[in-house]
Amino acid sequence: MDTQAYSGIPGWVRALAVLAVVVVVLPLLAMVLRVDWAQFIPLVTSESSLTALGLSLRTSAASTLLCILLGVPLALVLARDTFRLQGLLRSLVLLPLVLPPVVGGIALLYTFGRQGLLGQTLDMLGLQIAFSTMAVVLAQTFVALPFLVVSLEGALRTSGSRYEAVAATLGARPGTVFRRVTLPLVLPGLASGAVLSFARSLGEFGATLTFAGSLQGVTRTLPLEIYLQRETDPDAAVALSLVLVAVAVAVVALAYRRPAAVRSGSGKRTTAPAPAPGNVQ
Amino acid sequence: MILPHTRRTAPVSPTRVRPNAVLLSPLLAVTALLVAILSGCAAGGTAPGATAGEGSGTPNGTITVYAAASLKATFTELAGTFEAENPGTRVSLSFAGSSDLASQISQGAPADVFASADTANMKKLQDAGLADGTPRNFATNTLAIAVPPGNPAGIASLKDLARPGIKLVTCARQVPCGAATAKVAETAGLTLSPVSEENAVTDVLGKVVSGEADAGLVYGTDIKTAGTKVSGIQFTEAGSAVNTYPIAGVAGSRNRAAAQAFLDLVTGAEGQKVLAAAGFGPPGQ
Repeated sequence: MDTQAYSGIPGWVRALAVLAVVVVVLPLLAMVLRVDWAQFIPLVTSESSLTALGLSLRTSAASTLLCILLGVPLALVLARDTFRLQGLLRSLVLLPLVLPPVVGGIALLYTFGRQGLLGQTLDMLGLQIAFSTMAVVLAQTFVALPFLVVSLEGALRTSGSRYEAVAATLGARPGTVFRRVTLPLVLPGLASGAVLSFARSLGEFGATLTFAGSLQGVTRTLPLEIYLQRETDPDAAVALSLVLVAVAVAVVALAYRRPAAVRSGSGKRTTAPAPAPGNVQ
Repeated sequence: MILPHTRRTAPVSPTRVRPNAVLLSPLLAVTALLVAILSGCAAGGTAPGATAGEGSGTPNGTITVYAAASLKATFTELAGTFEAENPGTRVSLSFAGSSDLASQISQGAPADVFASADTANMKKLQDAGLADGTPRNFATNTLAIAVPPGNPAGIASLKDLARPGIKLVTCARQVPCGAATAKVAETAGLTLSPVSEENAVTDVLGKVVSGEADAGLVYGTDIKTAGTKVSGIQFTEAGSAVNTYPIAGVAGSRNRAAAQAFLDLVTGAEGQKVLAAAGFGPPGQ
C-alpha cells in the first residue's frame, strides 16, 4: 500500500530511462522526418507495394492461425503436464526467439527444401514448398510460434489449475474442461499471444528471404519489398517502412491492453474468475 | 526475482543522503564501460598511424576499401599483396552490394577507396562530389548460367531457361545483376519467368548451390568462386550486358597516398592478373 505513494527511483535511473526512450524513439522519428509526404500516397499505393502488403497480411493471418492451432496444445502440455526433459523441450521451442532468422531460414531449407530432409517425401506427395507462399507461411510460423507459446503458458500458469480440478471432480471430461474452463480463463493471454505472433510474422524477413525467395505476389512480403525498393528508391522504402511502423504500433497497443486484463481477471483467485465474454475480438 | 528487489528499495532509500555520489558513480561506471568497449572497436577499424601516410611519398597506415561483394576473393588477395609490398600498411576491407556501399559512403562511412560492380553506383558517388578524381575502370563481368552439379534439369542454353517447369532464380531488376539479366533476355527475345528474384547475386547462387533452383543467372566470376558446387554454362547473348567495374578514391580520405597506391595496384599488371584468374574480363574501352 505504501509502496504506491513512495517513488524511490534515483535520479540517474530516471536519466537513463529517458535515454532508453530516446534510443528507441529517435530513430523512428528520424525516419518519419525523412518521409516524402507529397509522394507518400502514390508510393504506398503503387502496385508492387499493395501486392506486398496484401501478401504480408494474408500470410501473417495464416501463420497466426497455424501458431494457434499448434501453439495452444503445446503451451497446455508445457504448463500442465510434468514429464522428463520438460525444461529442455521448452528451451528448444523458444529457440527461434533468439536465433537469427537467417539461421531459421537455412534450417527450414534443409528440412522442406528439394534436397531437404522431407523434400523427397513432399515431392512424392506433389508438394513443392520452396519458392511458394506456403514457404513464407512456414517461415513465419517458425519464428512466431514461441511468442504464442510463451504468452499462453504464462497465462495458464497464472490462472492455475484450480477451477479445472473442480470442474473435473464435478464430472467434466478433459475435453469439456479444456473448452469450458481452461480456454475462457486464458483467452486474454491467448489473444495477446496471437497478436504478438501476427506482428512477428508481419516483420519476418531473414527466414523468408533465405527459404522462400522473393517474387512479387508470391513470396515478396512487405519487409522484402522494402529491402528491394531501398536499392533504387529510398523514398519508397521509407514510406513503406512507415506503413509497417503504423501496423506495429497498432499491434503493440492491442497486445499490451491484454496482459492487464489477464492479471486483473485471474490474479485474485478468491473471487470468481468471470472470464469476460467481451474479450473476444 | 523482481519481488525481493522492489521490497529492498524502501529501506535503502532513507540512507540516500548524498544524492550526487549516488547519481554519479553508476553513471560514470557505465560511461567508462561504454567508452572502453567502443574505443576497443574503433581501434580495430582505424589502426594508429592512419594519418601518417598523408604527405609522405611511401604509403603507410590503414586504408579502408569498400568493394562490391563479387570482388571478395580478388580484393582479399590483393589486399594481402598490398600489405606485403608496403610494410606498415593495413587494408581494411568491407564487402557488400554496390548500392549499399555507395549509400553508406554518402552517409559518411569512413571509406578511402570504393570499387563498384557497376558504373551507376560510382556515378552516384561522383554526383555527390565524393569521388576523388576520375574513376578508373578495372574489370568487366558478364552473366553466365549456374546449374547444380550434374545439371539435373538438362539446361544447355539461355533458351532452356524459358522452358516451362524450370525453376529459374535471377536477380531483381532493381540491382545490377538483375538489370543485366533483363537486358540479356531482351536481346535474346526471351521472356523469363523466375520463381524468385533475389536482391543479390550471392542469394541467386545460394539457391542453385542448395539445389532448390534448376538454374540461376549469375556472374561468370561467381561460378568460378563456387568451385565444384555449381557448373557454369556460357552463352553468347551475355555479351549484350557487360558490367564494368570502376574504382576510385573517396574524397576526404585521411590517407590519400595509400589509397592511390592501392588503386595503382588494382589497375596495374598485378591486379589485372589476379582479376583475370578469377574470371573477370579486361576493362576494355
